[in-house]
Amino acid sequence: MTKDKELELIRILEHHGRIETDVLAKMLDENEEDVKTGMKKLEDEKVILSYGAIIDWNKVTTEDHIAAMIDVKVTPQREVGFDEVAARIQRFPEVTALYLMSGTYDLSVMVEGQTMEGVARFVSNKLSTLDAVLSTTTHFRLKKYKHDGVIFDQEEKDRRMVVSP
Amino acid sequence: MKQQTMQTTPKKKRLSRAASSIEPSGIRRFFDLAATMKDCISLGVGEPDFVTPWNVREASMASLEQGYTSYTSNAGMIELRTAIGEYMLDRFGVDYDPEEEMIVTVGASEAIDLAIRATIDPGDEVLVATPAFVSYEPLVTMSGAVPIPVPTDASTDFKLTKERLEAAITDRSRAVILSFPNNPTGAVMNDVELQAIAEVAEAYDLLVFSDEIYAELSYDTQHTAFSALERMRDRTVLISGFSKAFAMTGWRLGFVCAPTDITQAMLKIHQYSLMCAPTPAQHGALEALRNGREIVEKMTNSYRARRNYIVHALNEAGLSCRFPGGSFYAFPSVEATGMDDETFAEQLLIEEKVAVVPGTVFGKGGEGHVRCSYATSMDALQTATARIEAFVQRHAQ
Repeated sequence: MTKDKELELIRILEHHGRIETDVLAKMLDENEEDVKTGMKKLEDEKVILSYGAIIDWNKVTTEDHIAAMIDVKVTPQREVGFDEVAARIQRFPEVTALYLMSGTYDLSVMVEGQTMEGVARFVSNKLSTLDAVLSTTTHFRLKKYKHDGVIFDQEEKDRRMVVSP
Repeated sequence: MKQQTMQTTPKKKRLSRAASSIEPSGIRRFFDLAATMKDCISLGVGEPDFVTPWNVREASMASLEQGYTSYTSNAGMIELRTAIGEYMLDRFGVDYDPEEEMIVTVGASEAIDLAIRATIDPGDEVLVATPAFVSYEPLVTMSGAVPIPVPTDASTDFKLTKERLEAAITDRSRAVILSFPNNPTGAVMNDVELQAIAEVAEAYDLLVFSDEIYAELSYDTQHTAFSALERMRDRTVLISGFSKAFAMTGWRLGFVCAPTDITQAMLKIHQYSLMCAPTPAQHGALEALRNGREIVEKMTNSYRARRNYIVHALNEAGLSCRFPGGSFYAFPSVEATGMDDETFAEQLLIEEKVAVVPGTVFGKGGEGHVRCSYATSMDALQTATARIEAFVQRHAQ
């Protein structure tokens, strides 16, 4: 598979991870076996890391689903900078995303849990107690409008006529 | 209370010869039929399935908030014409003066109408490479001129050839209308193939109306603007617009680039008939040109994948379909079913609730084929092609 085809494959999978390989093969104008091999290669090379779904949890469960973004200031460590403390934080299962930021704080930690108390406990008992962590500021998410490029609660309606020139 | 009036039958004719001389679009008839079907999957739509990019919509709304609600210059906002000039030069290598050689029109359709009315006299012949967009021939007829179809077919990949064009030329031939990438066939012509047409145009002193509305949707080759060919700038009227590339069909915004004598003649008609293109749409188009290129690329990538899919799926279903190089239509042959294209489209709609458009709607060259637009979701395409396969299996001869 050429580099261009590989890029096309990645672009399609980024938004349609569940698409079947025979359909993918047609979309790419490639042999199905080559597509399977290409996907395996991208998985082995950790280009494709995971095939996920974007879920609107509010529609399927009444259980609370709490998310918070926590701004964290840390003391960078000699030689490893922020990486060592980031490596510790990212392993907590409550942490769903972690970014190094420029600006007034250093790390942005996305945490998800079932209750506000659970998130608060994580911040006070686990995150704040790390030696390198100087301070935290927690923002609870109130509503999800858009995530990973997908707009929630947007009814897609095709307003075009059935047949047009 | 309803007023009672004495009805009289008009004695003088009420309709013009021009209006009486043309037939309603075949698409209209098929639309009426398809519109009665419930849960129909439509591959009959000749427009993008994307909504206009948000930044374009937002720019148009902002222009309204700022009170840009007046007429613009007849030829269109000079900022927009300048941006079109930069875009055409950068993207297709053709250089036009925004002051003198460009008009912003109400869709590319108006631009075609203006081009014909500004240059063609009654009795002249205008050659039309068919299958073609449904408006070309009626617009020629309404101008009092005579459209001469020059059929293309599968044997030449639906490309116009020098020989076929030459064979259709008479002493009254004045112009030829080209549209590549093509609606409905998806055919594209590269620079070498277009150069052969250019030589004929020069030899017989023809004007060329080159409708390049699908230029951005060329998937495998770089689009060649006809006016970029050697010695063709002075005899070419280049027509384009925002509908297809920027998903702005409902905005009705097109443009034309041509030598000054032609644009100034077109402008006279435009200023009396339409005054200027809608101002909010012009502001949206300006944003599309300034900040819309990345989105165009994303849409084009998406169409390319869907094109690949539908061509493979139609061939597997038993309908022979070549790989179209541009636009967003596949144009398979329905020969395997033994049906003519109108019967095929009608039966497919009734039996499988899939709408495609019969090829004959687009002229004689379209016989035996149907237009399948792939500007629809992959889910819809998969369901539609599965239904087409079932239909073909039932009717295969």
